[in-house]
Amino acid sequence: MPTAIEFFKLLPKTNCKDCGQPTCLAFAMLLSNQKAKIEDCPHVKQEAKETLAEASAPPVKTVDVGGIKMGGETVLYRHERRFNNPIAYALTVSDSLDSVAIAERVAYIKSLAFDRVGMIFKADMASIRNDSGDAENFARAVKDVCSAWDGPIVIESTDAACIEAAVKATDRKPLIYGADKDRLEAYVNIAKENKCPLALICDGPEGAVELVEAAEKMGFQDIILDLSAQNLKETLEEQTIVRRAAIKKKFKPFAYPMMNKVGSGEYAVATAVMSTLKYGSLVIFDDLKNYEALPLFTLRQNIYTDPQVPIQVKQDLYPIGNPDEHSPIMFTTNFSLTYFTVRADIEKSKIPVWLQIVNTEGLSVLTAYSAGKFEPERIADAFAESGVLSKSDGPVIIPGLVTRISGKLQELIGRKVVVGTNESRDIPKHLRELTSQ
Amino acid sequence: MTDLPPVNEKYTGTIGEVVLGKGDYIVGGAKGMPFLSFEHRTNRRPIVAGEVYDTLVDYPELAANMFDGRQKDPVEWAYMWKTLGVDMICVRLASLDPAKGGTTPEAAAELVKKISDKTGLPIIVSGCGILDIDIPAFTAISAAVTDSRLILSKVDEDEYKKLATVAIANNHVIIGFANLDVNLSKQMNILLTDFGVKKENILTDPLMAPLGMGLDYSYSVNERIRISGLMGDKMLQQPLICDCTDSWNVSDAINEEDPSLGDARLRATWWEAMTAMSAIVSGADMVIMRGPGAADMVLGYCDELRDVI
Repeated sequence: MPTAIEFFKLLPKTNCKDCGQPTCLAFAMLLSNQKAKIEDCPHVKQEAKETLAEASAPPVKTVDVGGIKMGGETVLYRHERRFNNPIAYALTVSDSLDSVAIAERVAYIKSLAFDRVGMIFKADMASIRNDSGDAENFARAVKDVCSAWDGPIVIESTDAACIEAAVKATDRKPLIYGADKDRLEAYVNIAKENKCPLALICDGPEGAVELVEAAEKMGFQDIILDLSAQNLKETLEEQTIVRRAAIKKKFKPFAYPMMNKVGSGEYAVATAVMSTLKYGSLVIFDDLKNYEALPLFTLRQNIYTDPQVPIQVKQDLYPIGNPDEHSPIMFTTNFSLTYFTVRADIEKSKIPVWLQIVNTEGLSVLTAYSAGKFEPERIADAFAESGVLSKSDGPVIIPGLVTRISGKLQELIGRKVVVGTNESRDIPKHLRELTSQ
Repeated sequence: MTDLPPVNEKYTGTIGEVVLGKGDYIVGGAKGMPFLSFEHRTNRRPIVAGEVYDTLVDYPELAANMFDGRQKDPVEWAYMWKTLGVDMICVRLASLDPAKGGTTPEAAAELVKKISDKTGLPIIVSGCGILDIDIPAFTAISAAVTDSRLILSKVDEDEYKKLATVAIANNHVIIGFANLDVNLSKQMNILLTDFGVKKENILTDPLMAPLGMGLDYSYSVNERIRISGLMGDKMLQQPLICDCTDSWNVSDAINEEDPSLGDARLRATWWEAMTAMSAIVSGADMVIMRGPGAADMVLGYCDELRDVI
């Protein structure tokens, strides 16, 4: 992405305000932050437009894989802007399974789905592998999977005839895995003809240059790179080299998303962790257990959040540990860190509590209060919306940091308000004292 | 075929080095982002510390069950960590708190001395969090352990002078707490060095929030501190210590009620291992671990990721 000054040089510098900005420099700054489009300036010369379009094209192409966007990244570190398109996880389905076994396998893949306060974390893709070596059977397996699985798919085979049969068996656009040096021409032709993305199985970054240039020469660009990293260190180093070259050097052959095939078990999960942290767009597992999937999916969510927008929890009433009509009522802001911390500390106390979350636009308690987003009125509205006061006659506990609004809140909800702790970690002690009275 | 462009960064700064224990462990010294040997070869990997408590009050049972009963004796527990191959022991003296036993400073000092002697490993000492109780204990401990450089954990911007005085008196190492804030990290190093603590005796704890509990913040704060240090900011060049044990307090990690989440022990182990992997990839020079399985994974991965296996 060009800098504001580079954009500025290409603008008319008349400060005409036709773009809606007070000056050309202000407009240039918006452009460099991707908050305005060059078309917003009616006076910019066509030549300049082309120069800018070229310069501002994302250094990593976005490749559509059955509806999942891969790549499209613009930075090396998430604090610089954000990572755009989260890594996808696929699980293998062997075509040596019969139709019943395939249905079971797909059901298992679907079972890797978790609800984390309003966000669904799940496995994204099924990868059908041609273990049988038989084209007709492979096509049958693809059909079986597609009848049970709505999501995008990968088809894996080393035989062009099998790939061709599988592509024809579905109207989805599967990712074809994949073309090495020997299969390149045949696979690119199938992918081109059927408008499918294709994985290139490369021998490291150097091998990738050769394969990508050959594929591009054939007019094909829907490419995902598998650098064939053999271990954690190669995954980290090779993916870093490729992504740095793409972003810092605008090295065209590396302007593609990257993927890994990792097998199953501890080391496979560790490799997926590395790829999630460092620039991967797809990991194919032979298998993935639920106790591995939840932390891995959570990691993906953490790495791909926008660092400038706090993660928020939905405004709602969250019962913790089966609260009843006498359980204490607590409330806090919808900043996810605040929510998770308070929730964990309530759980530690082993005392059932009604936890009301108030929408403060993702701000923590003190910040929200200072910004006027944690006012008694807003809290009372949230109480009214959830009806929590009619669910329990227990004490209403106010976060200690905003004690000063307890009088007003008391007035609004018509219930006595008890002052809680300043620190979340003191909640268990406070709850134990309160309920023992 | 087009040649690969060079992608090595030219950093001007070097992360400081801190000598621990009997001089046999050194932490820090990085000249590039972690584990990128094409840029900077190093033989050093992050240091892994295993955690023991002097009381099991409030210690999670799920974790306690992984130590075969040896968690009941902190010295035996620490020795078990040594046999697992960790580099350091983190001793948490929670029982200094009158509500959890009210151990005396002398008894605490004796315990730390025993663990140091029995394991021969460097020790991180952390108190109960009540300053008036912790300071006399730290004073007794730092005078009792003279043949090994301890790490005293930890001070913040409001209250650092008392513990810093203890550290200076016996040439021990001190941790400055940066609470997820790059500027505060810098501020802590300025405050401590102005007070007279030598730079080679300071570690930074940026606060490693566990997976699902703010890891995204920690990951980026670590990277920003490390990149600034490598770019030459001398007040952001202290080695980073990341405590990953809080993973065992995350409800999704330790939930034993919901069968769809799978085995809680394995899940919590991964929770901590992934937190630690995120730490070492973003710049941690040292991690503190609670679970033996997670510690073992991190040790193995660190060995692989540095140059020499």
